[in-house]
Amino acid sequence: MKKRVKTVFLLLLVSSLVFLFVSCGKKQVRNNASSTVYRTVEEIKKSGVINIGVFSDKNPFGYVDEYGEYQGYDVYFARRIGRDLGVDVSFVSTEAANRVEYLETGKVDIVLANFTVTRERAEKVDFALPYMNVALGVVSPNRRVITDLSVLGPKDEVIVISGTTAEDYLTRNHPEIKLQKYDTYANAKNALENGNAVAWANDNTEVIAYALQNPGYTVGIPSLGSQDTIAPAVSKGNETLLTWINDEIRSLASENFFHKDYEETLVETYGLDFEESLVLEGGEKTSQK
Amino acid sequence: MPDLGLDVLLKGKNFERLLEGLGVSLKISLISILISIFFGILLGILRQRENAFLKFVMRLYLEVIRIMPQLVLLFIVYFGSSRSLGWNVSGETASVIVFSLWGAAEMSDLVRGALISIPLHQFESASALGLEKMRVYLFVILPQAVRRLIPPAINLVTRMIKTTGLVLMIGVVEVLKVSQQIIEANRMKSPNAAFGVYLTVLLLYFVVCWPISMLAGKLEKRWG
Repeated sequence: MKKRVKTVFLLLLVSSLVFLFVSCGKKQVRNNASSTVYRTVEEIKKSGVINIGVFSDKNPFGYVDEYGEYQGYDVYFARRIGRDLGVDVSFVSTEAANRVEYLETGKVDIVLANFTVTRERAEKVDFALPYMNVALGVVSPNRRVITDLSVLGPKDEVIVISGTTAEDYLTRNHPEIKLQKYDTYANAKNALENGNAVAWANDNTEVIAYALQNPGYTVGIPSLGSQDTIAPAVSKGNETLLTWINDEIRSLASENFFHKDYEETLVETYGLDFEESLVLEGGEKTSQK
Repeated sequence: MPDLGLDVLLKGKNFERLLEGLGVSLKISLISILISIFFGILLGILRQRENAFLKFVMRLYLEVIRIMPQLVLLFIVYFGSSRSLGWNVSGETASVIVFSLWGAAEMSDLVRGALISIPLHQFESASALGLEKMRVYLFVILPQAVRRLIPPAINLVTRMIKTTGLVLMIGVVEVLKVSQQIIEANRMKSPNAAFGVYLTVLLLYFVVCWPISMLAGKLEKRWG
């Protein structure tokens, strides 16, 4: 009996300590907001190196090729930033789950990792002008192309990958649609090919790439849900760097930089048809010429 | 034979990169293991002392480290230290710190267990022979305890090596991260690569951990 009391006491103590530790950490962040965690453009230039957080395993946006070199749409832009700032680029491999953390602690100067602008994230980091569009898309077999979600019958199921925006969007806005959830890209792919469901909903870049690689499938709905954008992000309050990036994106528009970027890195995956709908130049949708 | 996508490993420097990644994993784990063994033994002996405060602090340390998932510890040391203290530790240093803290805590418990298992009369007889406390431990108790310590310690060591896979979450590019990079870079062209590459990683981990187990078996036989 005595032992049990002791154990409970110990557990309580430990948990309260952990709690204290965690809450302390939180408080500290707010205090630190006034003192700077980030580096200004001047400081970056002086050090000669800019740290840019990119994905190292998201082909074709940010990945490492067979020679160990970073490549991709985001990386192409990152290299240009380094060149125009006159500094070397040090790439930092980030994960989807720790991108915000990297900026909040100033461990990278910029995140260029397929970072979708959302309101929640904008409270913690500062987004620059966007350079790409994203939305959801739905791919289905050619024998029955789904062009509108309303044609789905009560027995039709739609494939999603767990934890993606597609799952979130469909659960929230179309609770009547039955979802088949898979954990990995490969499982979802197999399920569609085995005909387990009538369609597959995912980021439109993903489904477009899929349909291009797999004849017999068509993207019936290329753009579903809210139109989101992808933008570079800097630490909250890093005005000088934010302004510099925004100016850079505006001035790059004159040379159609992001179109060139698309043609260098994305065309193999998405084809030319989607260039205009995916690329943003100078932070705005390309004006029709 | 089914297509395992093993050909992606032959592309460019992919296999070399995988081995380099393994090198990073091993560097982190070996340094941490050495530190853990040293401090683990030290702390384990200290825990034998009849000092209530010391015992309490040690127990607290052990429980905190045990309760927290290693991933949380990594985040606290890597991001937390730069948030609250302004330190800018590298990912690798943070990993070594976390794995040493964890390893030393677990190791100290193993050492304590091994020491308790030594019958009291061994202490008493050694003292009766006129050995000082330090020598009692060094010449009588520890040699016996080490024998009992080997199986669980080896278990801990291999567990530490395998857990280094987590450090990719703080930006350290080790063997698992390299394999993910290789798989994703070839996602479109060889969608089956995941199987072959992970199989290779499994083999690599095996090649590293198996000799350690063998060595442990040999030592046990020799000292047993």
